[in-house]
Amino acid sequence: MLLIPMAWYILFQYGPMYGLQIAFRDFNPARGITGSEWVGFENFDRFFSSYYFGRLLWNTVSISIYSLLFAFPIPILLALLINEMKGERYKKLLQNVTYMPHFISVVVIVGMLQLFLNPQAGFVNFALKEVGIEPVAFLEKAEWFKTVFIGSNIWQNMGWQSIIYIAALAGVNPQLYEAAKIDGAGRWQRIRHVSLPGIFPIIVILLILDIGHFMNVGFEKILLMQNSLNKDASDVIQTFVYQNGILQGDFSYSAAIGLFNSVINFALLVLINRYARKKAETSLW
Amino acid sequence: MVTERRSAASVRARSAIDDGRWFDAGVNAVAAVILLIVLYPLLFVLSASFSDPRQVMNGEMWLWPVGFTLDAYREVFNYGAVWVGYKNTLFYSFAGTIVNIFLTTLAAYPLSRRDLPGRNVFMFVVTFTMFFNGGLIPTYLLVRDLGMVNTVWALLVPNAIATYNLIVMRTYFQSNIPWEVQEAAHIDGCSNVRMLTHIILPLSKPIIAVMVLFYAVGHWNAFFNALIYLRNDALYPLQLVLREILIISQSSYLDEGGSSFGMTEKLLLAESIKYALIIIASIPVLIMYPFVQKHFVKGVMIGSIKG
Repeated sequence: MLLIPMAWYILFQYGPMYGLQIAFRDFNPARGITGSEWVGFENFDRFFSSYYFGRLLWNTVSISIYSLLFAFPIPILLALLINEMKGERYKKLLQNVTYMPHFISVVVIVGMLQLFLNPQAGFVNFALKEVGIEPVAFLEKAEWFKTVFIGSNIWQNMGWQSIIYIAALAGVNPQLYEAAKIDGAGRWQRIRHVSLPGIFPIIVILLILDIGHFMNVGFEKILLMQNSLNKDASDVIQTFVYQNGILQGDFSYSAAIGLFNSVINFALLVLINRYARKKAETSLW
Repeated sequence: MVTERRSAASVRARSAIDDGRWFDAGVNAVAAVILLIVLYPLLFVLSASFSDPRQVMNGEMWLWPVGFTLDAYREVFNYGAVWVGYKNTLFYSFAGTIVNIFLTTLAAYPLSRRDLPGRNVFMFVVTFTMFFNGGLIPTYLLVRDLGMVNTVWALLVPNAIATYNLIVMRTYFQSNIPWEVQEAAHIDGCSNVRMLTHIILPLSKPIIAVMVLFYAVGHWNAFFNALIYLRNDALYPLQLVLREILIISQSSYLDEGGSSFGMTEKLLLAESIKYALIIIASIPVLIMYPFVQKHFVKGVMIGSIKG
């Protein structure tokens, strides 16, 4: 029974790992993977010394750091908020409405951003005009790119990501709240000393998982949002791999860049997992 | 269930010293703001799709439709590529989900059995791929060498199993189906296949509903694989068609329709078509959502907390 899925794993997951050796070769489709000439780290050297390297690395790292800083905590706060709400129906409404955007496709989200942020006819700019601010072409300005990208990610995913925390909060022993109340703890203190410690292990696990994808930064959406005017801020490693590899057919070079990306991800994952196991006594393995 | 527990506690709290009234008011106010922020763009799209494009472009529409019209929908219905895309996406979602569920179950069930020899090795093989993989280029070359480029297989096979979902499903089998039941059936001479089809699957409806939702929504919304593997626009899924209309082109595709409007009307209509398209593209997923919604919280919980 297990044979079919295992065959799939070997072919489609481990097959590409075997194919990664083209990062160290000068891949020539006619000669195949093993027939192509071995060039060692030449492709990597070319990337590290290229004009784009600094910009790509900075954009990738900064988008990721901003996401961890802003997009990661918001679902936690939302879950705590929902946990404190008393009106059953209001609570359900808020939950169901905030889940909804998760089911909208990236293409549609980016389409909506273009419509809403249009400098001539988007409602955001009409609203700005109402309060006396000049319209801004958000999607054509490199300095706005990261804000729009991360802001719309938060809008789309905060509800969905909060489910896990809400579930974890549901598992906190109610006697702890009782005890805290008897000891005279107010609502804030109960959140700080009962709710937060109750979901702390989940927070750590999700943080580790996020950091394991540190360099991936949701590039499908970036690819859709990218245009020649915001490229200074929107060029990330993975979009570069797509453009060089798939569009221009420079396979060895882009496989090397992709490998560089994966290795950083994996190294960060291992490091943060070790750190979390020591400090927070929670870890993935 | 938690909420019941909590509200029982809050009844008791009210009789004690209550510092909660301002706190509750604050909580409700913040909730209202969030509700507004999430809901407003959605309502705006819906209303704009029914509105006179001229008034939308002038900023006269804020919440409810102005100058109600169905022109945008009429125009979308006349646009062939949208329907080809719709049909293709329905096929990819349907066939793809069947492949996904079949293979995921086939892997999850054996991995959930504690009597599987070498289980830890298999689990390692599977989990490792969540954290490290060959990446875009080697995967693309593999799919190309298998001759799948420009065929429907490219969208069905390379993503046949999502490892995260596999682990969620395995955890469900492990924790929700008593091992004793399986042992008893085994002693009665039940084969492995029969065990899966007659005992395990009937007990696993909630997790299968969750998996169907996850995978089907994934297929419905996917565009990147189609973008790299397909060249033939007769195979394009809806999302690629949408990408062309919403994001890349401004309005040129409209000319094909041969509509009887003047140029500015066309441009205006093109804008409102975008709103109508967004609605049409999102409807199937939003229809599906309430039916499985009560299961998915459970599914997410099981998978993530114990996985």
